[in-house]
Amino acid sequence: MKLSGWGRYPTIDAQVTAPRSTDELANLVKEGSAIARGNGRAYGDSAVSPTNTIHMKHFNRMLAFDEESGQLVAEAGVLLADVIEAFLPRGWFPSVTPGTKFVTLGGMIAADVHGKNHHKDGSFGSYVDWIDIFTADGTVQRCSQTENTELFEWTIGGMGLTGVILRAAIRLRPVTSAWIEQTTLAADNITHAIELFENSLDATYSVAWIDCLQTGEELGRSLVMLGEHAQATSVPLRYRKQPFQMPAKRKLNIPVDVPGWVLNSFSVRAFNALYYWNGKRRPKRQIVDWDSYFYPLDSVLGWNKIYGPHGFAQFQCVIPLSQAEDGLTELLAAIASAGAGSFLAVLKRFGAQESRFSFPMEGYTLALDFPVNRKSLALMNELDSITLQHNGRFYLAKDSRMQRDVFLQSDRRAEDYSKYRRDESVSAAYSSAQSERLGL
Amino acid sequence: MRNGAVLILGARSDIAMALAHRFAKAEYDIQLAARNAESLDASRCDIELRYKVTVRLHEFDALDITSHKGVLEDLAELPTIAVCAVGYMGEQAQSERDTKAAIKVLRSNFEGPASILAELANKFAQRGSGTLVGISSVAGERGRATNYVYGSAKAGLTAFLSGLRNRLAKKGVHVVTVLPGFVATQMTDGMDLPARLTAEPDEVADAVFKAVRNRNNIIYVKPIWRLIMVIIRNIPERIFKRMKI
Ligand SMILES: Cc1cc2nc3c(=O)[nH]c(=O)nc-3n(C[C@H](O)[C@H](O)[C@H](O)COP(=O)(O)OP(=O)(O)OC[C@H]3O[C@@H](n4cnc5c(N)ncnc54)[C@H](O)[C@@H]3O)c2cc1C
Repeated sequence: MKLSGWGRYPTIDAQVTAPRSTDELANLVKEGSAIARGNGRAYGDSAVSPTNTIHMKHFNRMLAFDEESGQLVAEAGVLLADVIEAFLPRGWFPSVTPGTKFVTLGGMIAADVHGKNHHKDGSFGSYVDWIDIFTADGTVQRCSQTENTELFEWTIGGMGLTGVILRAAIRLRPVTSAWIEQTTLAADNITHAIELFENSLDATYSVAWIDCLQTGEELGRSLVMLGEHAQATSVPLRYRKQPFQMPAKRKLNIPVDVPGWVLNSFSVRAFNALYYWNGKRRPKRQIVDWDSYFYPLDSVLGWNKIYGPHGFAQFQCVIPLSQAEDGLTELLAAIASAGAGSFLAVLKRFGAQESRFSFPMEGYTLALDFPVNRKSLALMNELDSITLQHNGRFYLAKDSRMQRDVFLQSDRRAEDYSKYRRDESVSAAYSSAQSERLGL
Repeated sequence: MRNGAVLILGARSDIAMALAHRFAKAEYDIQLAARNAESLDASRCDIELRYKVTVRLHEFDALDITSHKGVLEDLAELPTIAVCAVGYMGEQAQSERDTKAAIKVLRSNFEGPASILAELANKFAQRGSGTLVGISSVAGERGRATNYVYGSAKAGLTAFLSGLRNRLAKKGVHVVTVLPGFVATQMTDGMDLPARLTAEPDEVADAVFKAVRNRNNIIYVKPIWRLIMVIIRNIPERIFKRMKI
């Protein structure tokens, strides 16, 4: 069948099987070139193997929960949305969440996802107590910070290339309500935005939305949004007695491809300006429900179709702190001068992180969506070089088009990872279209 | 608030699991009955964790009819609702060649379900309340060359359920017959099914849940099947016998 990631690019003819038991899984892994697939929310080809994609949808059971520590043991195919549905009413929330709840635990571990609280709490991997993984030699290995540590460290952020994650123990965080107190600050330009972030390192959550079509003095004009879990006493009156209760919401559905001209730079410009001025006018402090705060895009099902039939690609890099301002300025200038606006230009502050292969490092991460066409592919190559010049690196969960040499240059750790995979004889057993493209 | 228990017979199937989730969500305790029941332990944990209900596992073999009385005696409580999701499609070609294979299909879809439902019917009648749900099939509405062994067993089950309904109506016990069309399950994995006519297990579960609540008698999961089956039932036999359908 034709298979792609969330960006619908590239589309690859792939053999997909959804095993129901470890025995069935074992038989599939024997065939080689296998890659696990969660819910296909990685943008590109990281969860696609042309000959052997293993869909984990039947491994979707929660196995145990410890009310004291908030530790949840669950199979890798469990959706984050289901975890929230089951445990938020009991006062627990994921310690780290990406911008969509339609991801699996396996996918979150494999990409070592980050959230708006990375500067404070680190990435998802910090909340993984142990992992059961189906390795290349056909055995199930438990790994953790004290047991099989090498396997553990390469698996977190390893993009599925160490084996198939079967189960994991993760820790949730206790929360006081299902609401977030949000503070919106307007930044005149990128320097100002960075200043606001640096002054808000205490905030639990922070993220900025950039109007990336502005130039000159206004380059990097943005809204910086800070968030805290609201105390039960400050949730809206109607919900105060049941602070974990939520208003019911309707879902919008985008069933068809939207023609390309809808997304031309003029409409993006108009949208961005409107959003910025609305944000600026909005009360500085607001109380919002968890779903609108963390997952604004999830309420529009299938929004990936608004980029039309050719799909879209995301560019996401991180620039180390010392070079962040220069690097971001150059990136934004290149984007603005190409006039290739994006609805979603998101800036986050990462805290320190040392890992074997995970994406985050201390600095700033910028993420933007572009429709796939010749012009934006060229622009993304330019963004790659700017990132390289500032010692940045790229997020594989978002990548669908990077060149091998750019990647290898950006990440010295890739060589070690390849060596590990060769030494442990994993390379032949597990590979994805992405790992082949990037030479991992 | 607790709404009593739902017994699900043949609990390993995708439809049965979807039913367990649907009823647990509505705050029913769940009794899962299947062969090798202990292998359903992960599902038991999952449902208990998600919905905060009690889930119990019970050993049950539809074909071992002498054990059926005992299965019910071992339940911690008599369920409010019992759903029989036992079924086995087999392969028509094999059933044609091998009578033993055919008999297994007949027994799995008719004798086994009828036997356990009969035991339940007596207990429910004695109590004077409860709902029995039988998952039958549109295949039971008319025999076709391509799956008449399975279809005839389901036809038997449909008639059995209709008789039970007739008998138990005066006793306060309700009987629901469910006629799913195509459903995307393990049983149909790899078959090329028309998307518009194919239901997901969750849709079947939702439809059953509503039918129990509304005390409907016979339901098709996707409404279009009612129309399709009216047409198929009404094709004259002399034409039907020549059709490839
Ligand atoms: C709208 C949107 C917002 C996002 N926001 C963020 C964000 O804020 N922060 C962030 O970090 N990411 C973000 N992402 C990316 C997303 O969190 C990751 O791509 C995540 O890995 C997707 O999970 P999945 O279950 O869909 O995995 P898939 O896309 O199916 O797979 C992703 C990777 O995980 C591997 N994998 C999946 N399951 C297993 C398993 N059982 N065993 C081994 N490997 C496995 C795959 O092989 C693949 O390499 C976002 C994505 C979208 C679409």
